[in-house]
Amino acid sequence: MSLFDHKLSEIQSMLHKKEITIPDLVDESFKRIAAVDGDVKAFLALDEENARKQAEELQESGKTGILNGVPIGVKDNIVTKGIRTTAASRILHNFDPIYDATVVNKLREAGTITVGKLNMDEFAMGSSTENSSFQKTRNPWNLDHVPGGSSGGSAASVAAGEVPFSLGSDTGGSIRQPASFCGVVGMKPTYGRVSRFGLIAFASSLDQIGPITRNVEDNAHLLEAIVGVDPYDSTSANVPGETFAANLTGDVKGLRIAVPKEYLGEGVSEEVKQSVLAALKVLEGLGATWEEVSLPHSKYGVATYYLLASSEASSNLARFDGIRYGYRAENAENLIDLYKKTRAEGFGDEVKRRIMLGTFALSSGYYDAYYKKAQQVRTLIKKDFEDVFESYDVIIGPTTPTPAFKIGEIIDDPLTMYANDILTIPVNLAGVPGISVPCGFSGGMPLGLQIIGRHFDEKTVYRVAHAYEQATDFHKEKPAL
Amino acid sequence: MTRISEEQVRHVAHLARLAVTDEEVHKFTEQLDAIITFAEQLNELDTSNVKPTSHVLDMKNVLREDKSAPGLDREEVLKNAPDHQDGQIRVPSIIE
Repeated sequence: MSLFDHKLSEIQSMLHKKEITIPDLVDESFKRIAAVDGDVKAFLALDEENARKQAEELQESGKTGILNGVPIGVKDNIVTKGIRTTAASRILHNFDPIYDATVVNKLREAGTITVGKLNMDEFAMGSSTENSSFQKTRNPWNLDHVPGGSSGGSAASVAAGEVPFSLGSDTGGSIRQPASFCGVVGMKPTYGRVSRFGLIAFASSLDQIGPITRNVEDNAHLLEAIVGVDPYDSTSANVPGETFAANLTGDVKGLRIAVPKEYLGEGVSEEVKQSVLAALKVLEGLGATWEEVSLPHSKYGVATYYLLASSEASSNLARFDGIRYGYRAENAENLIDLYKKTRAEGFGDEVKRRIMLGTFALSSGYYDAYYKKAQQVRTLIKKDFEDVFESYDVIIGPTTPTPAFKIGEIIDDPLTMYANDILTIPVNLAGVPGISVPCGFSGGMPLGLQIIGRHFDEKTVYRVAHAYEQATDFHKEKPAL
Repeated sequence: MTRISEEQVRHVAHLARLAVTDEEVHKFTEQLDAIITFAEQLNELDTSNVKPTSHVLDMKNVLREDKSAPGLDREEVLKNAPDHQDGQIRVPSIIE
């Protein structure tokens, strides 16, 4: 049994009773990484010397707290001073940040120990982590399958027991989809809940950082530690910090659940449907009620998302030009040539595709037809959610239409890859919070239940997720790695 | 009907400051055409009276006090620069 099979409160109790030490926890992490990461390939960089030093210091300091002394992995698009940060892109292959992201500062205050940086799709563009410039992460449940993406390393490292928890980022499903594929818990908070300062921007109106953990309670603790308004991110929301973990009562009596018919429709596999219906039965047994509803514009989510996210990305990624940091092409004839060669050699295919799609959608003559149109449809999608939340407390459906697919299976087919995010994308477009919790298996691969809440109502989302988790055993299953 | 031509792809690549080979132009034209064709399903919706959403939160001007604070350290910044000289980042000649 691993120390990381215990939830945070148990780990803290063991530390308190001196049954274990903080250096033991860090040791557990590096031992497991040494044993399995050759297969899983979740980590892009490790910071062992510093992590061990911090463990000693924290052990001596006598500091306490629910996260204190616990090792964490951080997605490689979150900047960490002193640990190379690449966003899994060749264009940042040699980039050493000179400041920490706000979430990293908050983690330090909470006493977590960053053991390393986690693989992802380049600039978070992808659903399988196959778009990393450096390595392909594999699903701990079956190494022939993808871990999902873009936070594939974040989900795989937690599922593989290399770290008890990690941070990911979610623009169209990039926390929830890999959490679902790897059988762990992943939360995308409300847009604005967590500061994006130091998150390498992909689509600024959609990106959110969030926690990936083995269980709901730990997830709530980790989110509590990273939320809050930040003077360095003007889109971070000035809402009161909340105690999510203390509110996990297990009580869902009288809860009104909406189940969108579009989330159990065409393209969703039979086993996925059955697992969601079984989950609804569990919640009914706990005193909740559910009804079928409609989010009529769901089917337009993917198209809307690809136009908006790519447009924002084409602007955000303009900064990677080979001048101030990162990769610079050699033998450029002039400045424009330097930009073009640097970017051609530095970016992978999917990133180029999206930069070009975005540039096209924003270009003169096409802006109204594509970009503005997509912004208008976004309004309709957002309103779908508002309408449902007038009469219901949460929306429940699957996280993904199918379990994890095989490595290489759909990488050459962008539209099929994009369709994977059909159930997660609308949540980002509406800006509401959503969590994925384990709800079954299909062919040995995990399935995820998605629970979506109102703006800034993570509290209810967590309460429902926790009640469901406590009534089931799926989260206790571990890969045979 | 194709939505996008190879010529347009070359133009977009130039706007995006991406060098592309003929082979890439061919591939991206096909793929972007498929994606744009897919995106045109949005035209099924009448959005003539719908306001665009650029941002989901109801916040407008976010202001702060205009106070000076130290910026990034020059030496630190230059550590990541591909080429520098005399405390400045060096680039290829801009003026012909």
